[in-house]
Amino acid sequence: MTAVDISRESASTAADAPPVRPDVENLSPNTEAGRIGAAARVWRGRVLRFLVPVALIVLWQLSSVLGWADEFTLPPPSKILAAYGELWSNNDLQEALPVSIRRAGIGLFFGVTFGLVLGLFAGLWKIGEEIFDAPLQMLRTIPFIAVVPLFITWFGIDEKPKLILIAAATVFPVYLNTYHGVRGVDKKLIEAGQTFGLQNWRLAARVILPTALPSALTGIRYASGVSLLALVLAEQINAREGIGYLLNNANQNQRQDIVIAGILIYAALGIVVDVVMRIIERFALPWRPRVTI
Amino acid sequence: MSPSENSLPSESGSETGPFAVDARGVRRVFGDRAVLDGVDLQLRQGDFVALLGPSGTGKTTLLRILAGLDAADGGTVVVPRSRSVVFQEPRLVPARRVWRNVVLGSRHVRRDRDRAVAALDEVGLAGHADAWPVTLSGGEAQRVALARALATEPGLLLLDEPFAALDALTRIRMHDLVGALIRRHNPAVLLVTHDVDEAILLADRILILSDGNIDVDITVDIDEPRRRSDARFQDLRQALLDKLGVGRAARAAALAAIGN
Repeated sequence: MTAVDISRESASTAADAPPVRPDVENLSPNTEAGRIGAAARVWRGRVLRFLVPVALIVLWQLSSVLGWADEFTLPPPSKILAAYGELWSNNDLQEALPVSIRRAGIGLFFGVTFGLVLGLFAGLWKIGEEIFDAPLQMLRTIPFIAVVPLFITWFGIDEKPKLILIAAATVFPVYLNTYHGVRGVDKKLIEAGQTFGLQNWRLAARVILPTALPSALTGIRYASGVSLLALVLAEQINAREGIGYLLNNANQNQRQDIVIAGILIYAALGIVVDVVMRIIERFALPWRPRVTI
Repeated sequence: MSPSENSLPSESGSETGPFAVDARGVRRVFGDRAVLDGVDLQLRQGDFVALLGPSGTGKTTLLRILAGLDAADGGTVVVPRSRSVVFQEPRLVPARRVWRNVVLGSRHVRRDRDRAVAALDEVGLAGHADAWPVTLSGGEAQRVALARALATEPGLLLLDEPFAALDALTRIRMHDLVGALIRRHNPAVLLVTHDVDEAILLADRILILSDGNIDVDITVDIDEPRRRSDARFQDLRQALLDKLGVGRAARAAALAAIGN
């Protein structure tokens, strides 16, 4: 009786599945179960990534509709969309956005430029390290938020302190990463260059700088994130235009919907900056194996 | 470097002609240990010398002094101005395409692309000229390093255990390739290695460095192509292993000690 059962079972399953044993794991590719499992995992990932944020927004909207949250304290997503409509039709958004982007851009430009120059100087030349490294390492421990009142006293309340604040906040990540990138170039690579007669600027241009570039770009990417952080703070200083001005105005008028809309614009800028930096890295470092970080 | 390089008068009357490498009384001291204690080494154009010895005997130190990467503490060192090194690792700049790595030291890189591709062709990698170094296998990267070293037509080629990190099959192919290319380019060659077979297979002369001096200096006169099965190959191998302290007798004694 049992013998018949076994033979029938093995006849039906022998085609692609080995006999089921608890101490054996079937790792062969393209088994039915494996394909379905892999597809299910891919789709679960896609669906959850999309569904969770949507569910949160729906919950947010429902909390207003069902009266769980006070619409004045936490305006629902529909109100925030309406606020965008209002800002757009008043031309507020179109005026504020370029002002803020320009502020962050100019500040970032100067911060990155100084950071790169100082980082290369300190990385390539001993004397540069001796002059700049100690003071910069001291200055970088100061939280830039703390110097805002001082900057207002020194530079007034117009554009100048805003740009200086953004530049000052972004110079350090660029400096540190550039300096460490240059110093971190494999000594063996430099030696190889030297055996082929490379010295001074040729050695720097052909071996050191290209090899240090990924680190410098990481610094610039980090700095562009910091520039938005500094922008938010800078725009609290008596701004008369820009996203910060919209936020302050809305706050005084108790328009929480516009406040949240403004915060979300800052968040969107952060995402855009990150994507742009990743694209730049992709083109500047074609030799790097693609790694998702 | 002195202007008289390559034109030092030879000391013995029988040896004539200029030396490509003329190093005398070379000393290098680490702490209170003289790793090189008055080493003399002369190489002529076309000489292929292998330098054997256990780790820490100063083989690489001597090579680095001849390369100009480290300074000697004493003695005279005269080497050709055109010299190149193949290290144990390929040491390719990851941010430069393969052909740009081959002409790394060139004055006008763009103009030298043809020269780079020709050098790559010699090692069978012309098709990889525009590839990035990360895409190469270990053996391919080391062949690029070899092409780079030969592309400058060096008077002295220094090989610092260039095959040590390769797998056994790739190493066999590299031995053939290096042998053929060196015969064609004919520089003076110093090969630093642990591998006795490799030394016999490739070199015309084998030196063993021990206690800071060149202890053994043997001329290899086995006909090309050399085969491991050749009786003279086996005899020389055994003689060298004895000198290095891992001959049959020494190993039998060591095994007996473990057994007891």
